[in-house]
Amino acid sequence: MSDEQTLDLLEAKIKELRELNETDGIDLSAAIAELEEKLAVLRREMYSNLSEWERVKLARHPERPYTLDYIGMVFTDFYELHGDRLSGDDPAMVTGLARLDGRTVAVIGEQKGRSVEENKQRNFGMPRPQGYRKARRIMRLAERFSFPVITLIDTPGAYPGLAAEENNVGEAIAVNLATMARLRTPIVATVIGEGGSGGAIAIGVADRILMLENAIYSVISPEGAAAILWKDKDKVKEAAAALSLTAPRLHELGVIDAIIPEPLGGAHRNPAQAAAALKDALIRNLNELVPIPTDELVVARYNRYRGIGRYRTLTER
Amino acid sequence: MPIFKDKKYFRVDLEKKLDESLWIRCKSCGQLVFKRRVRENNNICPHCGAYFFLTAKERLESLIDPGTFIDISEPIMDDDPLTFTDTKPYPKRIEEAQEKTGLASAIILGSATVTEIPIVIGVMEFQFIGGSMGSVMGEQICRGMEEAIQRRVPFVLVSSSGGARVQEGIFSLMQMAKVAAVRTRLGDEGIPFISIMTYPTTGGVQASIASLGDVIIAEKGATIGFAGRRVIKDTIAEELPEDFQTDAFALAHGVIDRVVPRESLKEELGKLLSLFAEVA
Repeated sequence: MSDEQTLDLLEAKIKELRELNETDGIDLSAAIAELEEKLAVLRREMYSNLSEWERVKLARHPERPYTLDYIGMVFTDFYELHGDRLSGDDPAMVTGLARLDGRTVAVIGEQKGRSVEENKQRNFGMPRPQGYRKARRIMRLAERFSFPVITLIDTPGAYPGLAAEENNVGEAIAVNLATMARLRTPIVATVIGEGGSGGAIAIGVADRILMLENAIYSVISPEGAAAILWKDKDKVKEAAAALSLTAPRLHELGVIDAIIPEPLGGAHRNPAQAAAALKDALIRNLNELVPIPTDELVVARYNRYRGIGRYRTLTER
Repeated sequence: MPIFKDKKYFRVDLEKKLDESLWIRCKSCGQLVFKRRVRENNNICPHCGAYFFLTAKERLESLIDPGTFIDISEPIMDDDPLTFTDTKPYPKRIEEAQEKTGLASAIILGSATVTEIPIVIGVMEFQFIGGSMGSVMGEQICRGMEEAIQRRVPFVLVSSSGGARVQEGIFSLMQMAKVAAVRTRLGDEGIPFISIMTYPTTGGVQASIASLGDVIIAEKGATIGFAGRRVIKDTIAEELPEDFQTDAFALAHGVIDRVVPRESLKEELGKLLSLFAEVA
């Protein structure tokens, strides 16, 4: 039995006792309190010391809230917009306008599917070039009307396939990077689940980079790194640890700006609570960014990226 | 405790030849050929026409006017921000790559002239950890573009890279955004950027700086694409055409402007640069 199943079992037991408590009129409150205490302790223990690989699994948890779930809980008046105006519409990339705390914003997010059918449509959240170009179209639209851009990152990576290469996915990503680097409106990017490499950063260049507590962000998947660097597909745990892909680690490294707390056990345990925390963080960051004059904002963003990297300075001969 | 012994910074010396042997075997036709003849023949096999792999220094020599190269790279080298170890520690990998190539990092950066037109040029070294882009390469590329702006000369980048430097984790991913950001300034300043894609130009390099050239030229025989054959096979098990991600594939799908044989590369670059000469 997995740890998660133990938790589920305990929760079910407590619920059962509560019902008995009400219907049969027997006082079980002491027993219930004891079980609840046990549950809380177990949860805290389990989630206070997650390994990197456990976080990877949480970030990919099939019940984890996805972009559209958050859009429903964080924004009002969401109005979805479709198509890259060139060759198609990519359901793995959701874009539109919405309202957040009274402001009109542009929302761009990668969308996974929950069922087999949905995943076929959403392509497991792996955008095609059309998705990145649609995202760029919406960024430009936002820029014209000074709407802040909110991006929600949740992808294993850009779709690796023949059609993607034929449509030059590399260029689609590259141009997004350049576009976002200079976009004349505030951008807040949040990794809500999986931040998979180029497919993630293609909507991730921003004034503020946030991560949900159990999200991951990496240049390569642990599986990919295990296969390429360790030449051993079983070394995923080692790879996950080596890649420094968790939110706390990336915050420590100064690459992301803030961590958005998740409910104990992960966002899927209480999606409303996770969404409330996300909403709070987005509003707070926009309140800071929106008053900044655009020229200043763009210069600050440029300087942030110009300065990113770690290297050693050598003594010249 | 520092991981590295403080190394002396090494400048790129085009005169020094690492390999002194006189003969080389062509991997394509199996013929033993005179190295000097190969060199005089643009590193193309005089027997079968196959291209020999070029080091960054050889590439540089083949493109620029002799004796015009001046190293303008920053005196920096790779750090190990994640204390990364796979089958060997990352610092060890760097050290081995430095010894193998005689270079400080996976890119050479300098000023030079091509058919007497001054340029700033960066050339990636594939033999240095697959020419992968980490913090140092990102910084050198940016520095090259800034220097081109300063001098008001075109920027030329010759890519030969498998993509991001995985051992630097998120920092290598962020280099994609960094070089793309700085690239936008070339446009503001009216400085031409010629991107030359050689074997191979893939992954995070193709999905950032290499695809952002005003003009993109591919050397004949280049591999060009984002996700490689193996990744696609492993992820979605799709059947791929024989010419997948070849120069012809890239040209047919509008990824690049032209495919140029190695022996004409310098001449074409000169011609192209002369068309921009009035601007810069």
